[in-house]
Amino acid sequence: MERKIRVLVAKPGLDGHDRGAKVIARALRDAGMEVIYTGLQQTPQMIVEAALQEDVDVIGLSILSGAHMTLLPKVMQLLREQGMTDVLVVAGGIISDEDAEILKREHGIAEVFGPGSSTQAIIDFIRSNVQLTRG
Amino acid sequence: MSEHELVTRLRNGERRALARAISLVEQGGPVARAIVAAAYPHAHAHRVGITGPPGAGKSTLVTSLAQEWRRRGVPVGIVAVDPSSPFSGGAVLGDRIRMQALGGDPGVFIRSMASRGRMGGLARATADAVTLIAAAGFPVVLIETVGAGQDEVDIAQAADTTIVVEVPGMGDDVQSIKAGMLEIADIFVVNKADRPGVDQTVRQLRTMLQLGGAPADGWSPPVLAAVATTGEGCAQIVDAVEQHRHHLAADGAQAGRKRALAERELAAAVQELILERLRGPRWEAFVSDIAARRRDPYAAASELLEG
Repeated sequence: MERKIRVLVAKPGLDGHDRGAKVIARALRDAGMEVIYTGLQQTPQMIVEAALQEDVDVIGLSILSGAHMTLLPKVMQLLREQGMTDVLVVAGGIISDEDAEILKREHGIAEVFGPGSSTQAIIDFIRSNVQLTRG
Repeated sequence: MSEHELVTRLRNGERRALARAISLVEQGGPVARAIVAAAYPHAHAHRVGITGPPGAGKSTLVTSLAQEWRRRGVPVGIVAVDPSSPFSGGAVLGDRIRMQALGGDPGVFIRSMASRGRMGGLARATADAVTLIAAAGFPVVLIETVGAGQDEVDIAQAADTTIVVEVPGMGDDVQSIKAGMLEIADIFVVNKADRPGVDQTVRQLRTMLQLGGAPADGWSPPVLAAVATTGEGCAQIVDAVEQHRHHLAADGAQAGRKRALAERELAAAVQELILERLRGPRWEAFVSDIAARRRDPYAAASELLEG
């Protein structure tokens, strides 16, 4: 059977707005991916543990609360501790260009999609960058 | 990493090895079979199926039952199946949303599975995933099916104990003498028992069970009321599962059921291997012939099997 791309869509921190996350989940489903949606108010520990149990290829983090410079580096650090450096991590939400640059350069977030990003751009990015030959 | 090494690591409690092994068995093929073969002798869990209509509260009940087993010091594995889209092949697996209370507990392992086109409420690889979780040392594995209608009864052949979840007000009492879902229950749970109509639903189910006379295997399915969101009634459900497990072990009923499960596992394996061998250019040609009504499917099947 063909390998399905598995994606964890998670909302870290205290943030009650998940419409964007649901739109993304639905778009990825329609692109043939299997999306595990964890719901609101996830700690970095919960997100990484869920990603581990579900053996996902991609983590999509949606964050609108402004706490991205605290929570996203924490997720990346926990992934490194678990040896899960082959998981593609993308983020979306209200994140300034300056912060996005730091998250990408210093913390290993693969891409940041701000407001107005097309779902097709996100799908294409995941398809081009996911590693399906993980060991 | 070899299949044996992967199974050794998952048996040593490496959660990432378990997660990876489940992905591999989902893909099927020779690697999947080698992994299942290595894990199979070590899988001894009691498998508990939870099925019922969409929105009956299956995920929430699974969470509350897992919490009850954890209070008793028992590690719990969970496999939750949700439907794949018949159009894109993708899926949104949302059962974890209601299982957040179990997050952070190393005695719990949760895996979401997409049905990937399989009907009947389970995925093709569900039983194999359960085998791996059992081999990783979880003595109880809960299997949550796709939201099921009346005829998605596969779970009864993948579980030792089947729990059918109903909610008050789901229809008149003739619904409960129809064939299908209601016949596979070892335990009935009427969830959302804080809503009106629960007594009537419990009574209807009990009456339906009495109409059937004495059960052939000597087990009368209990009808239990619960409020999964608060955990009310869940200790009684776990007690009932343990009683059913003892019942199966005590009177030899388990031998019969285990045999039925084994026969189904063998049939599924035979089907998978035969299909894998027969697929090829000749298969494709026959598919075209059948689509064009030049050949009927039975004749094509006979010709393929005769070589």
